[in-house]
Amino acid sequence: MQRRDFLLGLAAFIALLPSKVLAALWNKAAFESVLLNDASRHLDINAEIPSADIHIIAPDRAENGTIVQVEVKSNIANTEAIAIFVEKNPTPLIANFMFSNGAEPYVVTRIKMAETSDIKIVVKAGGRYFTNAKNVEVLENGCG
Amino acid sequence: MDNMKMRAQLKGDFVEVKVLMSHPMETGRRKDDFERLVPAHFVQLLTATLNGKPVLEAQWGTGISKNPYLTFRLKGAKVGDIVAVTWHDNHGATATQDIAVTTA
Repeated sequence: MQRRDFLLGLAAFIALLPSKVLAALWNKAAFESVLLNDASRHLDINAEIPSADIHIIAPDRAENGTIVQVEVKSNIANTEAIAIFVEKNPTPLIANFMFSNGAEPYVVTRIKMAETSDIKIVVKAGGRYFTNAKNVEVLENGCG
Repeated sequence: MDNMKMRAQLKGDFVEVKVLMSHPMETGRRKDDFERLVPAHFVQLLTATLNGKPVLEAQWGTGISKNPYLTFRLKGAKVGDIVAVTWHDNHGATATQDIAVTTA
């Protein structure tokens, strides 16, 4: 086999294995952590700085924890990522959003909450971590 | 399960993209009517591109609600630009959809 053919074959092979590569990308250790601190550690979060520049919009009370809409906007310069945690969920890490090429550090999504808890946001910006939280009172468990 | 609903609208100096996906988002902790555990089945990765360039990568756990909803915003996008969203779940299923940016 020619070296060129081999390289082309290798490129094709890499192109054809997205699911394995993606499975490797997903942060299994962080998402399966049952403790908030462990989940944070697996995301390499250290020395969180409290910040009022992280705006969280979520209801004060949720009738049903199966759908709680949460809106997060970071006004911190060079925000690269927004992670959403629910401290008292069976697995606290809900999502990690990473922004690039002009995406604003802004996201709205709907999450499950097992019980009354803080929604904790951690923003990664310039290699540092910033945090803010909003408490949501949950009347009916949404983690069935 | 590729019935993703998408909208991308220019709103002033940014484009707002809204996505509604169809997915059960099973946690693996729910029991069915016969007290059997329903296996975990959830979207793990979601990526979005603007004209083919990556703009958003999301990793999700089981805590995202059933039929996931997502809004994000893109600076520097114009009417006619193409926004594409792809998700992958823990069973290896995937769905992709794209839409052109319109005026609000």
